[in-house]
Amino acid sequence: MLRYAARRVAAAVLVVFGVTLATFLLMHLEPGDPARAVLGLHATASAVAALRRQWGLNSSLPVQLGHFLSQLVQGNLGKSYIYNVSAASLIGGRIGQTAALVAVATVFAIIFTVPLSALAASRQNGVADHAVRTLSVVGLALPAFWFGIVLIEVFAVRLHLLPVGGEGSGFGGHLESLVLPGLTASFAMAPILVRSLRVGMLEVMDAEFIAVARAKGLGELRVLFGHVARNALVPTVTLLGLNIAYLIGSTVIVEQVFNLNGLGSLLLSSILNRDFPVVQATTLVLGAGVVIINLATDLLAARLDPRIRLR
Amino acid sequence: MTTLVGRYGPGPAPEGPGPDGAPVVARKRPRSVLAYRARHSPTLIIGAAITLGLVLVAVLAPLISPYAPDHQDLYNILSGVSSKHLLGTDELGRDELSRLIWAGRTDLRVGILAVIFPFCFGTAMGTLAGYRGGWLDTVVMRAVDVLIAFPFYVLVIGLIFVVGAGTTGIYVAFAVVDWVVYARAVRSTTLVVRESDYVAAARTGGLPDWRILWRHVLPNTITQAVVYLTNDVVLVIVAVVTLGYLGLGVQPPTPDWGAMIGEGQEFLTTYWALATLPGIAVLITGLGLSLLGDGLADVLRPQ
Repeated sequence: MLRYAARRVAAAVLVVFGVTLATFLLMHLEPGDPARAVLGLHATASAVAALRRQWGLNSSLPVQLGHFLSQLVQGNLGKSYIYNVSAASLIGGRIGQTAALVAVATVFAIIFTVPLSALAASRQNGVADHAVRTLSVVGLALPAFWFGIVLIEVFAVRLHLLPVGGEGSGFGGHLESLVLPGLTASFAMAPILVRSLRVGMLEVMDAEFIAVARAKGLGELRVLFGHVARNALVPTVTLLGLNIAYLIGSTVIVEQVFNLNGLGSLLLSSILNRDFPVVQATTLVLGAGVVIINLATDLLAARLDPRIRLR
Repeated sequence: MTTLVGRYGPGPAPEGPGPDGAPVVARKRPRSVLAYRARHSPTLIIGAAITLGLVLVAVLAPLISPYAPDHQDLYNILSGVSSKHLLGTDELGRDELSRLIWAGRTDLRVGILAVIFPFCFGTAMGTLAGYRGGWLDTVVMRAVDVLIAFPFYVLVIGLIFVVGAGTTGIYVAFAVVDWVVYARAVRSTTLVVRESDYVAAARTGGLPDWRILWRHVLPNTITQAVVYLTNDVVLVIVAVVTLGYLGLGVQPPTPDWGAMIGEGQEFLTTYWALATLPGIAVLITGLGLSLLGDGLADVLRPQ
C-alpha cells in the first residue's frame, strides 16, 4: 500500500507542476497589457512603464517563471492588480462557498445515481433500464445552466419554496441556498456517472460469487445490496474522482446562474477585470484541487480493493 | 450502448415472429453486415433522422426562417404567440422562431468545426504514442494528464481569456483541450492492436511503419474515435451554448442559443418561453446526436 501511495503521490506532484507551468504560460501568452488595462486608456506612457517595471513584466519569460515559482514555494500566490490584496486572501474568502457547492452536488449525485443504476442493472433491458438510459441521454444533452434556470423558474419563482439565488444567512439559510445550485451541478455529472455505474454493476452481476449467492438462496435484494453494491462501490469512488474535475468546472457556471460568490465567479470577474495574478492563482488552485481529490479517491479505492495496488 | 430491439448479425433468420413481434421474413443475405445492423438499429435511425432534420433546417435557414434574425418589429415587442410571430418576439421585437433557426445554424456549425482538429490530432497522437511507445508516449501521456487535471470549463474559459471571446477563441480552446480524449481512447486500443498477429505478420513481411499504421492499425482503432466524435459534438455544442450564456462565446448580433437563454433569463418571471425555448432546441440537438452516436457504437462494435 505504501509503495502504491508513494507512486501515486509522485505522479500527482508531477501533474501539479505541469498544471502550474501551463497556467503560467497561459497568462503570459495573453496579448493585452495588464498595466494598460488597470490604469485605463488615459494613463500616460510613463505611468504604464513604471507599473510594468513594478510588476516585473519587462523581464524575460524564464526569469518571470523563476520568480513566480519561488514565490509560489513560499506560499505567495501573487497580489491582485485590482483590489491590491493578496490573491490568496481573495481565494481564501471564496473557497468555502465552492467547496460547499461541490460537496452538496456530490451528495446529490450519489443519492440519484446509485439507486438509478442499481435499478437499471438489476433489470437489464427491462422497462426501468430503458427509462434510466434514455434519461441519461437526455441529461447529457442538457446544458446544466439552463436546467438551473428552469429549476429557479419552478421552485423559486412559481412555488416560492427555495431562494432564487444568493447565499442566505445562518447555517440553515446557507444550506437552503445550496439546494438548487447543488442539484444543477450534480445534474451535469449524473448522466456520465449513471452510464458507467450501470455497466460496472452489470459486470459484477456476471461474476461467479453472485451466482453462488443466488444459489445459496439469498433474496434478490440481499444479493443486490450485500454483494453487487459493495463491489460496485470501488468503481463508483474512482468515477467520482474522475468526474470531480468536470464538476468543479461546472461550478463556475452554476455560481454565475445562482449568483454565488465562489471561486468560479472570482475567476470570471477577474477575467473581465484582466486581473492576471488572480486568474492565475484561481486556475492553479482549481487545477491542484482536482489533482488532490483524484489522488484521494485513488488511494481510497486502493484501500477498498487490494487488487488495485498490485497493478 | 444497446439498441431497443435485439441485435443480431446476418445469418439464418429464425423462424416465427422476431423479438419485436414482427414476423421475420426470409430475405436475401445482406451484402454488408454493417448495413444490416444499421437497418435494425432504431437508435441509429431515430438519431440520424433528428440530426439530418436539424442540419437541413440549419442549411436552409435563409429560405425557411420567416424573418431575418436581426429584424426588429418594434410594434410587437415581447409579443406572445401570434400568427405573425409563431413563437412570439423578444425584448427587441425580433422573431423568436427565426432566431432559434439562425442560432441553430451558428451553433451546429461551430460545434462541428470545433471537433475536427481535436479528432484528427488526438487520433494521430494516440496512434503514434501507442504504436511507437518510448519518449513520445511519455510526453503525450504527461500532456494528457496535465490537461485532464484542469476542470474543463476553467481551462476553456482561461484559453478564451487569452485568445479573446468569440468563435476563434472557441476553436483555439477546443483544439488545445479536446484532443486529449481521442488520444487516450485510441492509444489504449492501439496498444492492443499492436500486439496482434496480423501486425506482427505485416512487420515480418517488411512493410514500412507508416504503411502498417495506415492500413493495419488505424482501420481497427479509429471506430472508437468515430463513435466518440458524435458524443463529442454534443458536449462541444453544450459548451458553446454555455460560453454564449456567459458572454464568452459567439458574439452578438450573431444569434446563438446560449446568449438567447442569457437574455431571456431577465424575463423569467414574465416571458419564461424566451429562456426555455433555446434550451429545448439544444436538448433536441443533443438527443439526436447522442442517439446517433449510441446507434453507431452498436453498429460498429466488433462481434
